[in-house]
Amino acid sequence: MTGGETGEDVVIEARRLGKVYGAGARRTVAVRDVDLTVHRGERHVLMGLSGSGKSTILRMLNRLIEPTSGQVSVLGRDIARLSSGELRDLRNRHIAMVFQGFGLLPHRSVRDNAAFGLRIRGVPRKEQRERADEALAAVGLEGRGDASVAELSGGMQQRVGLARALAAGADILLMDEPFSALDPLIRRDMQDLVVRLADGLGATVVFVSHDLNEAMRIGDTITLLHDGRVAQSGTALDFLLRPADDFVVRFTADVNRTVALRVGEIMTAGTTSGLAGAVPQEATLAEAVGHFRQASAAPLAVVDEGGRPVGMVSFADLVTALGGVAPAGDEGRAA
Amino acid sequence: MIPSIDLGSWAEGAVDWLRTNAAPLFDGIGAALSWLVLGVTGVLEAPPIPVLIVVLALIAVVRRRWGLAVYAVLAFGLVAAMELWQETMESLALVLVATAAATVIGVPLGILAARSAVFSAVLRPILDFLQTTPAFVYLIPTVFFFGIGVVPGVVATLVFAVAPAVRFTELGIRQVDSGVREAADAYGASSWQRLREVELPLASATIMAGVNQVIMLALSMVVVAGLAGAGGLGSVVTSAVTQLDVAAGFEGGLAVVLVAIYLDRVTAAAPNKRRGFRSSPGSSQRTRRTDPSGTDAGESSGPANNLGEAGTSPTVRVE
Repeated sequence: MTGGETGEDVVIEARRLGKVYGAGARRTVAVRDVDLTVHRGERHVLMGLSGSGKSTILRMLNRLIEPTSGQVSVLGRDIARLSSGELRDLRNRHIAMVFQGFGLLPHRSVRDNAAFGLRIRGVPRKEQRERADEALAAVGLEGRGDASVAELSGGMQQRVGLARALAAGADILLMDEPFSALDPLIRRDMQDLVVRLADGLGATVVFVSHDLNEAMRIGDTITLLHDGRVAQSGTALDFLLRPADDFVVRFTADVNRTVALRVGEIMTAGTTSGLAGAVPQEATLAEAVGHFRQASAAPLAVVDEGGRPVGMVSFADLVTALGGVAPAGDEGRAA
Repeated sequence: MIPSIDLGSWAEGAVDWLRTNAAPLFDGIGAALSWLVLGVTGVLEAPPIPVLIVVLALIAVVRRRWGLAVYAVLAFGLVAAMELWQETMESLALVLVATAAATVIGVPLGILAARSAVFSAVLRPILDFLQTTPAFVYLIPTVFFFGIGVVPGVVATLVFAVAPAVRFTELGIRQVDSGVREAADAYGASSWQRLREVELPLASATIMAGVNQVIMLALSMVVVAGLAGAGGLGSVVTSAVTQLDVAAGFEGGLAVVLVAIYLDRVTAAAPNKRRGFRSSPGSSQRTRRTDPSGTDAGESSGPANNLGEAGTSPTVRVE
């Protein structure tokens, strides 16, 4: 992912963002000193347990919640300085949102729900209809425009929520645990759909989740929050291989590393010669284990799609990456 | 010693002052209301009686209430047979005008109350005052302001019946799923757009329950309005009382009840198309959770729909 440079491609930037609820004895600090940089086209996952402040941060990005301190700029504009009309315009044209509870209008048809942002914008009816139908087709609800929202299952309702975001034509998608209420299988489909759609549109996504597996499927960058602070921000790999502290270690303990990690991510890069074997770099660790005949075997070569060697991986590398202790005598990987 | 405070004469002074200084205003309101009531009465009395009875039955059919259609034929047939048709239509016109006025005034106040806790807190005791002050008490100044006739009847009815329109509107809007409201904000809706697209449609069932209550309260005021010379069934009953005429009193009272039952059923929540039956009042007013994954997100707001069965926080009394 792109590093810390700022410039044209930074879409959302939050600096020292803070939120305090209540006052006196009931004062609670929900968010403290959070910095966040989201680049164009990035899928950024805000992750944390309930009460970690992730949903609050998301809502401060479009000022649904007013920050107590700090600054947010979206598309280069300090949103605290926008007039209410400018803010509404920014929300309507540039920042679409998808909610855990869907937030659909139960008395309206699927199409009317998908067209909501356009109706608010005052787009002519015919165009509303066309763009809503297009968006519905993109989320797999082609031909369902006249159905009543209440007739749809939860997964289908959230597709409508997604279509509403797409139809608005926004370049930023804020998603607040959109799939938490859905069945696991449907959730997986929806995660894939979001990745596919966001990539297709080049949209920037800020996705809130409490599920690390989901975060890893969706996020280019993951920011883990703990008690309103950033515990760690980085790629999925950073979290598994270079956890910042004990909290991150505990948080990532349940991740199924055998499928979350790929050989290419843990290998020692470099062209190697004289090594046996050919483990594809796209193989998961679970698949890679099968390439080793025994634990003490020599390191194997890792190859890319074209069969060219790109690095090496030892059995000890696998064990370490899976969170185990490397067998004595092998060089372990420094964390 | 507790000093005596002559609140009564202050109130009288205020009424006098208003009479002298706001007379054109009251005259205007009076003329408008009297024009409306006469117009509605004229419309109701214009067609032959059987035609209007069929129309009333058809309204029930449109509302998918087959039993009510039968009831309408029997009840209004009986009214005609008791030779109280004209009086009943006069009272119906008064009730309809008062209800329309109470709705036009009450719903916007309810919207404001739902948006502002301060306004709601200020409004609440005023509504209590309007609703619980014995009707005869404000009938006196109303007659001073508007003279004898149908207008003080409408105004007294309006004052008495406006409270549920305000309260049910406030309740209905406060009950709107905060998730849907937030979605409207997130997509850049202005506060007017949010009201029109989200809050009013989702609160409409509860608001209609309020209108239903307004109608019931208005009907209960028909007799009191008769005292102010509003005519209709009210004058039938009041003259029966003064002449100790049990027969006339019974017939007048029965006509009020027959009309009340019709208006209540016809304005109660429509039977749910999908379920084929209206949702039970018990489940109806529960605050909706933010998760509409169940199918009852918006449709189950069928309100209490029987006489005196207002089972929720807005206190309503039916006399």
